[in-house]
Amino acid sequence: MPEKSVYKAKKGLSEDVVRMISKIKKEPEWMLAFRLKAYKIFLEKKMPKFGPSLSKIDFENIYYYLKPTENQATAWEDLPKEIKDTYDKIGVPEAEKKFLAGVSAQYESEVVYESVNKELSKRGVIFCDMDTALRDHPEIVKQYFGTLIPAEDNTFAALNSAVWSGGSFVYVPKGVKVTLPLQAYFRINSERFGQFERTLIIAEEGSDVHYVEGCTAPIYTTESLHAAVVEIFVKKGAHVRYTTVQNWSKNIFNLVTKRTHCAENGLMEWIDCNIGSGITMKYPSVYLYGEGARGEVLSIAYAGNDQIQDAGAKMMHFAPNTSSRIVSKSISKEGGRTSYRGLVQVSPGAKNASVFVSCDALLLDEESRSDTYPAMRIKEDAVEVQHEATVEKLGDEKLFYLMSRGLSQADAESALVLGFMEPVTKEIPLEYSIELNRLIRLEMEGSVG
Amino acid sequence: MLSIKNLTVTVENKPILKGLHFEFENGKTYAIMGPNGSWKSTLAYSIMGHPAYKLSQNSSMKLDGQEISKMDPNERAQLGLFLSFQSPLALSGVKVYQLLQLAMHGKKGPLPIRTEAQKYAKELGISKELLNRPLNVGASGGERKKMEVLQAAILEKNLLIFDEVDTGVDVDALKDISHFLTKYKKDKTYIVITHYNRILHYLKPDYVLVMKEGAIVKVGAADLAKKIEDEGYDAL
Repeated sequence: MPEKSVYKAKKGLSEDVVRMISKIKKEPEWMLAFRLKAYKIFLEKKMPKFGPSLSKIDFENIYYYLKPTENQATAWEDLPKEIKDTYDKIGVPEAEKKFLAGVSAQYESEVVYESVNKELSKRGVIFCDMDTALRDHPEIVKQYFGTLIPAEDNTFAALNSAVWSGGSFVYVPKGVKVTLPLQAYFRINSERFGQFERTLIIAEEGSDVHYVEGCTAPIYTTESLHAAVVEIFVKKGAHVRYTTVQNWSKNIFNLVTKRTHCAENGLMEWIDCNIGSGITMKYPSVYLYGEGARGEVLSIAYAGNDQIQDAGAKMMHFAPNTSSRIVSKSISKEGGRTSYRGLVQVSPGAKNASVFVSCDALLLDEESRSDTYPAMRIKEDAVEVQHEATVEKLGDEKLFYLMSRGLSQADAESALVLGFMEPVTKEIPLEYSIELNRLIRLEMEGSVG
Repeated sequence: MLSIKNLTVTVENKPILKGLHFEFENGKTYAIMGPNGSWKSTLAYSIMGHPAYKLSQNSSMKLDGQEISKMDPNERAQLGLFLSFQSPLALSGVKVYQLLQLAMHGKKGPLPIRTEAQKYAKELGISKELLNRPLNVGASGGERKKMEVLQAAILEKNLLIFDEVDTGVDVDALKDISHFLTKYKKDKTYIVITHYNRILHYLKPDYVLVMKEGAIVKVGAADLAKKIEDEGYDAL
């Protein structure tokens, strides 16, 4: 391949494209081999047999790698009006707006980030983008990368493994407790939110870290597919919390595989808020391998007009005294669809496992829809299982009550919806929950697309 | 003045109120009594604008000269109407202070709201803890009624309808509520829907209205309530 074409974006996927990505990134041989193997697996994989139709994804019409500068194809003027309106209404600063909208590839947050990073590296914490990690810490990356979510796992894990780019790498040494949440938002200063991000988090014994992905402002991109892979290793007695606020623009298919390996007495918490995208399929999972390990998924899904949020959780109990808790809250409006899709499995020998699943759906009108697909495979007798599911309509009586106090219909609706979400939103960092609430309120007013 | 003319209300095409006329003068206290199923609550809901209650074309409700029958409940609230619910709902996740702030539309800041709420809560015997919770979550029937009265006071409305504020409250709570309403009566208009004379001992209505089958069948002075208590509705 002539050197000149190396940086030129080309649509569609081929072995050449995979090789090109690896070459541009100057990757070690093993990573190229990993990618090529994944590409072959991808070709053989079938689309998932469950969930919403993905037939509209045109794999040939996607750029699988874009240099950051090429990502600036969007002009501010070309942005959909509702995206611009939302930025204005939630008060995103000018520079940040352009970054989020893909107009600018640079977001000058380096100053904030630099000082945090200095403090972190003093304590041996590594927080960088995945490409940098592969270059600077190849031995750690090689030990863990793709071991928890192999390319064989599913179509989109295979695709991601073949063409991944960007994403975060976090390594927390033994016993280190990181008090400030690590926010990907502040890290991404050279490369925009990738289509095929790859994130790897390793929390050594007794360590503690909170990672925050995404942001509440809508992220606009002309590319239609976001297929990320997130692998997390929680060692003995460690604690990882991973918070996501997903607000992709509505042209996006958001298909993400997230999994945690949780060792003895470890604690993994996924807090997953899905507001944006056209179709999301995402089921964060925790594999409870060590005795006394605990897993939690707290999730919010909001589906408006033309949106499908197919979200849930997966808890796999492989050891005694493990416990899991799933709390899912979904809201559907204007014909939007939400589904809770969950799997809890307790393997033989996982004695005294405790399982709690609660999924509540709120429907705001007659056109909207919510489904629940809770699967339980309990192969052990000494287990405590609780499962609750509710579907409710936003009651006319509650609306009338609030309006009789002087609240407009939009205020009343959003107060009720935010109240419904509260058990989850109270768990996310304050600035995010404030923004999230503001965003939902905007959606209720119907003034945002 | 709330002037009701020819108020005709149907629910799911079933006629409930049949051409009701009445004028509630400003600053007075009215008691509305009547046997079960006399549609007293329907009148209250219709005045507040519940969407399930459909008014006929020629129904009219004017608040100080302004036609309100086509307004949304929140617009009516802004003109000074308040309805204290017979069975106040619990609103999980909607905190008391948050509700009050949204309802005030910035006319009172968060701090004055807090100070007032705490003061009124003390007078009404509402625990401070209840104020910090989502509205009525884990609250008893009596506490819920008190919370309605507290909201009425903070929101500073001037025509207040109390739909059975005395039902399901014990003697002490009734005393607290009654004393509170008397203390803050000032020049407000009270419409008190009740089955019992006991609250009227405190509130001393200027007029007692008796409703039966969706119509006002009798209007009298305070002693009418006593008569009903002694002799029942059938004697009327």
